[in-house]
Amino acid sequence: MNSKRRVFLKGTLAAGTVGVAVGAGLLTPSTVLASAREGFEAGSVSDALKSVMGSDSHDSGDITISAPELAENGAVVPITVESSLTGVTDIAILAAANNNPLTSSYKLGEGTKAYVATRIKMGDSSDIVAVLKANGQLYSSSREVKVTIGGCGG
Amino acid sequence: MNLSRREFLQVLAAAGAAGFSLPASARLGAAGKNPSDPYELPARGNVSILHFTDCHGQLLPVYFREPHINLGVAEMKGRPPHLVGKALLERYGIDHPGLLSHAYTYLDYVKLAEHYGRVGGFAHLATLVKKVRDQRPGALLLDGGDTWGGGSGTGLWTHAQDMVDAQLKLGVDIMTGHWEFTFGADRVREIVENDFAGHIEFLAQNVVDVDWGDRIFKPYTIREMNGVNVAVIGQSFPYTPIANPRHMVAEWSFGIRHGEMQDTVNNARADGAEVVILLSHNGMDVDIKLAQVVDGIDAIMGGHTHDAVPAPLEIKGPEGGTCLVTNGGSNGKFLGVLDLDFRDGRIRDYQYRLLPVFANLIEPDPDMARYIEQVRDQEVTYDGQTFNMKDALSEELAVSEDLLYRRGNFNGTFDQLICDALMEQVDAQIAFSPGFRWGTTVLPGMPITFEHVMDQTGLTYPAVTRNEMSGAMIKEILEDVADNLYNKDPFYQQGGDMVRVGGLQYSIDPTRSIGERIGDMELNGKPIAPNESYVVAGWASVQEQPAGNTGRKIWDVVADYLRDHETVSISELNEPKLRGVEGNPGVSSV
Repeated sequence: MNSKRRVFLKGTLAAGTVGVAVGAGLLTPSTVLASAREGFEAGSVSDALKSVMGSDSHDSGDITISAPELAENGAVVPITVESSLTGVTDIAILAAANNNPLTSSYKLGEGTKAYVATRIKMGDSSDIVAVLKANGQLYSSSREVKVTIGGCGG
Repeated sequence: MNLSRREFLQVLAAAGAAGFSLPASARLGAAGKNPSDPYELPARGNVSILHFTDCHGQLLPVYFREPHINLGVAEMKGRPPHLVGKALLERYGIDHPGLLSHAYTYLDYVKLAEHYGRVGGFAHLATLVKKVRDQRPGALLLDGGDTWGGGSGTGLWTHAQDMVDAQLKLGVDIMTGHWEFTFGADRVREIVENDFAGHIEFLAQNVVDVDWGDRIFKPYTIREMNGVNVAVIGQSFPYTPIANPRHMVAEWSFGIRHGEMQDTVNNARADGAEVVILLSHNGMDVDIKLAQVVDGIDAIMGGHTHDAVPAPLEIKGPEGGTCLVTNGGSNGKFLGVLDLDFRDGRIRDYQYRLLPVFANLIEPDPDMARYIEQVRDQEVTYDGQTFNMKDALSEELAVSEDLLYRRGNFNGTFDQLICDALMEQVDAQIAFSPGFRWGTTVLPGMPITFEHVMDQTGLTYPAVTRNEMSGAMIKEILEDVADNLYNKDPFYQQGGDMVRVGGLQYSIDPTRSIGERIGDMELNGKPIAPNESYVVAGWASVQEQPAGNTGRKIWDVVADYLRDHETVSISELNEPKLRGVEGNPGVSSV
């Protein structure tokens, strides 16, 4: 089995809420993937945000990022983003140190709870940045995840 | 000179006549006078927890030297456990020289080790557990993990069965784990579901299925003790799949998971728990931060970092409650005893002792002693060879002219020996040896046995590797490990010591950030060039197929080196040049 496909499947399966949202027709993956192509190819956080959010100007907001402090496997780092903000239409998750920082972006239908869980790929230790668009404004939060060489513990 | 039990009792009698007595309270600072009888400890209160941790498969008494470098940075500077030698004794008001100063520090180590003798051993621990338990009906015995290894030949060759049966005999009630997982997920499951069933609960709130997030183990248990409902939560070592081979627990994910920890505490309280104890393998700095961010834990019985801390730290929680944070040392050297006086809905008072287990002062439990003798004196087949374990372990390989030890932030003398062996045996310019905190001590003049070598190297991924690495890569490795040790946020620390090095010399400033700590890298007086290639030997790779695998195992490399040399001396200890730590009480020169 193609490992990327397996990783993708793992990601979608784990992202329970998003899976449900897709099933209910709240999200349309084809649209998401097509429109975000440029964003995924962008080489900086700023360019990626301009592409998928229309702007890179954001304020810190009430967003919780759940992630391991140290990644067990850089190829599949579990990340959960949630927020109590209302009117959230877009969520983007970026690994600032990746060559292409945008790891995933989501469009949320009206009334959807701002909660996504996914697995991302990280090449190196990085700040994980979550950016939400709510009522046209961008909000962000970040959290460090370390990718270490491993060994030598205890 | 060796002090026999009878002589010791005579000394005690004299001390008693001179007016020594047990301190009235175990509050900070009062724990440290050398007691008239270290094992006479009347119970206080109605809830008692006995705790040992990180015994690393040491069934027999051993020597174990505490570190002279255990640096804390940022808020951890000078805070327990980051105190060594005199600074530690001053903090706890412990006299030197004495039984307790020898137990908790490296000061005058050889002289006092010869005087007081070996520490630990399950037969001696068993006697002590019985004695302490007799005074505490209903007390629970908690095992913090790193019981099955690493650092034990018999553990490796019996797939931990030696320790599993010893735990059952000792009467362990609850355990959590770390090195246990290096025997593989299947073996852990097998023991938990069969040997332990109905006897020992293996708890971990922070081990989940890697895909679905379901818990693998029960997160907590509630036991009634003298009418008080006591919850014990388990926390396994959060970075097991990073510090140790991930492929051994490929389907399990770990992590600190402090949010889930709060949920677990809340669930236990909702379940009727009046006292909440965390049995933790986080390491002490992580435990302190956890106590600051999670509400409702009354005490943490901690391990992993092998810190012998004489008294608990009282840590304020997010809602203003107090959590007692302890750490119980290693290698079977200590038994922690926590008594809580729980009345009218809250803890009124507590008493804590970290009792050193001196083998000369405690009669061995005959049943356990017989078991240990029998389990060691048996034939096993390992790696295609069949042999008697006791015979193999007792082989005298060489004589040590110097004290050999490992524990400390940087190279110990035994690490130096391992690095020398690696460089000579596999023809490398540089050697790396992992900064494990286990491994026993050998006194000068003692024969180095194969058992000592297994104490230092026994694990389930022993491949010796030989690779070419660029100077830049070597720097990256040192920086990476240093950041695991000295990250200013304890949640990013893995709890081992710095990687040990042979050949290479460097300087380190623990107070700086990743990429900026390591400097002055040299080999034979010449600066290490980033683009130049160097031959590096190592062992204990966490890769499933280690790059540059020589096909040899680390204990064979060290044993062959010792057989070749007959006597060894460590003329110069390759410690890095330390910067930025002037006045830090976590370092002392010897």
